[in-house]
Amino acid sequence: MSFNFTVSPSFPAERISDWYIFNTWLQRSLSIPIHLELHDGFDAQRAAIEAGQVDLIHANPFDASLLVREKGFRAIARPDGAPDEMVIVSAQGHPALAIDDLPPGTRIACANDPCVNTIGRILLEPANLGADNTVEQQRGTYIQVAKDVLRGQADVGFLPVGAYRGLSSLVRRELKVLVTSDIQVIHHVFLLGRDLHARADDFVRILLSMHETEKGQDLLSALGATRWQAVEQEDVEFMIDIISTLTQ
Amino acid sequence: MLDMPPPPNAGGAIEHRLDYADGNRRRVFVTHIETPYPKGRLIVSRTDTRGIITQCNQSFVDMSGYERGELIGQPHCLLRHPDMPSVAFRDLWETVQAGRQWHGYVKNLRKDGGHYWVFATVVPNIRDGRIVGYTSVRREPSRERVAQAEASYKEWIRS
Repeated sequence: MSFNFTVSPSFPAERISDWYIFNTWLQRSLSIPIHLELHDGFDAQRAAIEAGQVDLIHANPFDASLLVREKGFRAIARPDGAPDEMVIVSAQGHPALAIDDLPPGTRIACANDPCVNTIGRILLEPANLGADNTVEQQRGTYIQVAKDVLRGQADVGFLPVGAYRGLSSLVRRELKVLVTSDIQVIHHVFLLGRDLHARADDFVRILLSMHETEKGQDLLSALGATRWQAVEQEDVEFMIDIISTLTQ
Repeated sequence: MLDMPPPPNAGGAIEHRLDYADGNRRRVFVTHIETPYPKGRLIVSRTDTRGIITQCNQSFVDMSGYERGELIGQPHCLLRHPDMPSVAFRDLWETVQAGRQWHGYVKNLRKDGGHYWVFATVVPNIRDGRIVGYTSVRREPSRERVAQAEASYKEWIRS
């Protein structure tokens, strides 16, 4: 029997091959067959989860909420480093210098990442901007979000910090950051479905020691981390409680 | 809970006596100085079922004006500002003890007698069907909403 592995689609496109290499490493380390399925977007991924086609997942904090509370998934590790943060950007020539300068009718370019979009919406609240007085334009990729902003087709764009830093220096020079989130407490996590709970100790052992080999270090670096950290179930429950306050 | 010592510049501070629902009283000194909410941040804390702070993030520490060690183990009402009507906190406790989320605009008292406004959401931490504590997450409110809340709270305190 092969287990199905997926990754929340918020990672940069250039890391696709790295996740396939990670999956190969995972299979060899555990001697179990694992099939990596990278979904085109959050909707496709949610459909796969609902259909019971996901056994292990590197999930964003919002998906982790659903998976842990409703689907019985268990959190075992998270990549170290900076938590999941996002930026709201505008074009350099845009008159707004801060969030408070944005008027009703503001056009927002964003991808369909519920995590980034929820935090972005919260950061617009101080300007009294909500779904009822803004125009949201969803785009397929964060490159397209940046393009919309640069072409003046959107006033602001929502980007994960990683995606913003991944833009070329030329593009970043044409953008200005109106605000960067500093949430500090929400992270992607690695989750196992019920069929793999019995192997949780094996997964934890190989993930937490991954940085001890040169190959493991290279792979972690390619995925934007330096090591995996252990996660207690209560850590994730706490994060889920926080997430639940953000979706009001 | 210990009384608040008079701030060094106590000339501009006004003394108040707070009466808590549990019968405790506390003397505080209040100034008119508002600390702006830090852009992009969330203030997060966690309490046990009695409202004793067990965990908080750095934003909570920074905005409160206390050291982390002065906060952990203290009742959350350490941050209670005398301009907040007690009925708001009664509603908060009744709501979360019933297992539901509470949210509202709150004026918090800093250690230095100043204040900061937040939009707060409090959720019960439910584990195995039992409430084991509460998590509170605060975010930056719009000034318009703060003005509305301030006017309402003044009215509630008068009535």
